[in-house]
Amino acid sequence: MSNTKFILGVYEDEDILLNAIRSIRTAGVKIHEVYSPFPVHGIDDVLGYKRSKLSIVAFLFGLLGTSLALIMQIGMMGIDWPMIIGGKDFIPYPSFVPVIFELTVLLAAYGMCFTFFIVSDLKPWAKPRIFDLRITDDKHVMAIDLDQNKIDVAKIDQILKDNGASEVNQKNFDED
Amino acid sequence: MVIVEEKYDFSAKAKKNLIITIGIGIFLTILGIVSMSMGGHHEEVAHEGGHAFSWINRLGVDIWINNIYFTGIAIVGVFFFALQYAAQAGWSVGIKRIPLAFGSWLPISGIVMLVSFFVFGHDIFHWTHHDLYNTSSHEFDSIINAKKGYFFWPLVDHPSIPVFFIARMLFFFGLWYYLFTKLRKLAFQEDLEGGTVPWYNMRKLSAVFLVIFAITSSIAAWDWVMSIDTHWFSTMFGWYVFASWWVTTLALITFITIYLKEKGLLSIVNENHLHDIGKFVFAFSVFWAYIWFSQFLLIYYANIPEESIYFVERWNNDQYGIIFFVNLFLNFVLPFLLLMPRDAKRHTAILKIVIPIVIFGHWIDFYLMITPGTLKENGGYGLVEFGTMLIYGGAFLYVALNSLSKAPLFAKKDPMLDESLHHHVQ
Repeated sequence: MSNTKFILGVYEDEDILLNAIRSIRTAGVKIHEVYSPFPVHGIDDVLGYKRSKLSIVAFLFGLLGTSLALIMQIGMMGIDWPMIIGGKDFIPYPSFVPVIFELTVLLAAYGMCFTFFIVSDLKPWAKPRIFDLRITDDKHVMAIDLDQNKIDVAKIDQILKDNGASEVNQKNFDED
Repeated sequence: MVIVEEKYDFSAKAKKNLIITIGIGIFLTILGIVSMSMGGHHEEVAHEGGHAFSWINRLGVDIWINNIYFTGIAIVGVFFFALQYAAQAGWSVGIKRIPLAFGSWLPISGIVMLVSFFVFGHDIFHWTHHDLYNTSSHEFDSIINAKKGYFFWPLVDHPSIPVFFIARMLFFFGLWYYLFTKLRKLAFQEDLEGGTVPWYNMRKLSAVFLVIFAITSSIAAWDWVMSIDTHWFSTMFGWYVFASWWVTTLALITFITIYLKEKGLLSIVNENHLHDIGKFVFAFSVFWAYIWFSQFLLIYYANIPEESIYFVERWNNDQYGIIFFVNLFLNFVLPFLLLMPRDAKRHTAILKIVIPIVIFGHWIDFYLMITPGTLKENGGYGLVEFGTMLIYGGAFLYVALNSLSKAPLFAKKDPMLDESLHHHVQ
């Protein structure tokens, strides 16, 4: 059992939110995560997020798909059971292209998807932390993990309020 | 951000460079012709048409390749412009007048094409030979005879002048030029008036243009390129030619955008816009490969002689076999791998390498569509090809840049300008 405490700043408007993130980070407060009902442009830059490496994973899985398709078809058509089809070579590369394409796309897509699930810790039995139900409706919520910050609660409260938070709440999660 | 109206100054130095390029092109072409006619006696083998091969044939074919290639860039430039309005695209405000300027090449290209058809038509198009339609001649060709209406109507009984073919050519160029000037006029009206009225008018006209373009570009591809291999046909051909034109135009837009940015112009275009147009080049290189392969695979797999002859002439051939693979490598493999990373499209370093390769690569694609069917074993690649390419390229850029310098680089009063300024790509 671990007990995690969060302070939540609730924001009404994304422009206020972006400015708030900027000044809160410069004040030295570490932000755990920001939740919003719609994608906010430029929020990644403001939060200082690095670019995801997911595209590299996709490329590598795609490459794996290409190789598997080649190995499979050369193995089947050229080595294991060579057959003459339409007077072509035993290993007719142009005919392999559709299968190569499909397997490349399939493995790139699935590989990227499952890597994302694993990295994001998304599993069917995962218990999501619900900070505030209104993040699916009309409020932006900034979560600040108290364990990560040495500043005391009252001061964080004040910083959030100063930067346009419409309300400041606390939320505890008791998790296994 | 204060938006200042920008104008491209087509400086005397840039003009001089382009004229020198044309000069080098003329020099190389003449050098190529001289070397061909000096040492070319052994090349004068009578071919199917019954007359000897000479440098005139090769020059004619090279001129035709450039006609098709640059006409395509010109009309697809207008297509890109129209597409931005029809799709209500906001990001492209800063760059959309670059492709519009390409359209200024249309009247010149139309005249040159018509003249070169009358001068070199017999060297390029097998179907122009009258014996093919004469039942008493040993040259009589029942397959081409069945297609004669498409070229010679209404003179079907006495195929002398390809009236229908020429009428189509004139009609396409006339229509394209008319729509281009109308779009251009509306675009400049936007500079003066602003508001949404010119924008809505342009959207309406663009939609009309897109429909007309879809039909005419496809028929033009059959007429000007596919009819060279008169027996052969492919239902993919219109798309295939369009795909090649489209990638070339996108690459050229990127190229000129980078050129203008390095001159300190186009302040409203940043790496986000460059990213988008780079993605276009990347995506449509893949699209081109997809179209190319869709045409190829069915013919390869079915292996019906009258269809596969097209690839026998190009792939199973000592002369063109290498270019066949160079074409695929330059136009698909290279842009696919090099433009895949995000940073490659956002910074100019890699774009500056890939873009000229793609532009040149698609010239090779048109070379492969036209040369094997016209020159057969007499074809080659050398000074004449390179020289004519330089002449046309220099002249095209001269006309396009001159047209670009006549008006502001982007409409300050474009209703989409604000959206473009805030354009942000992840």
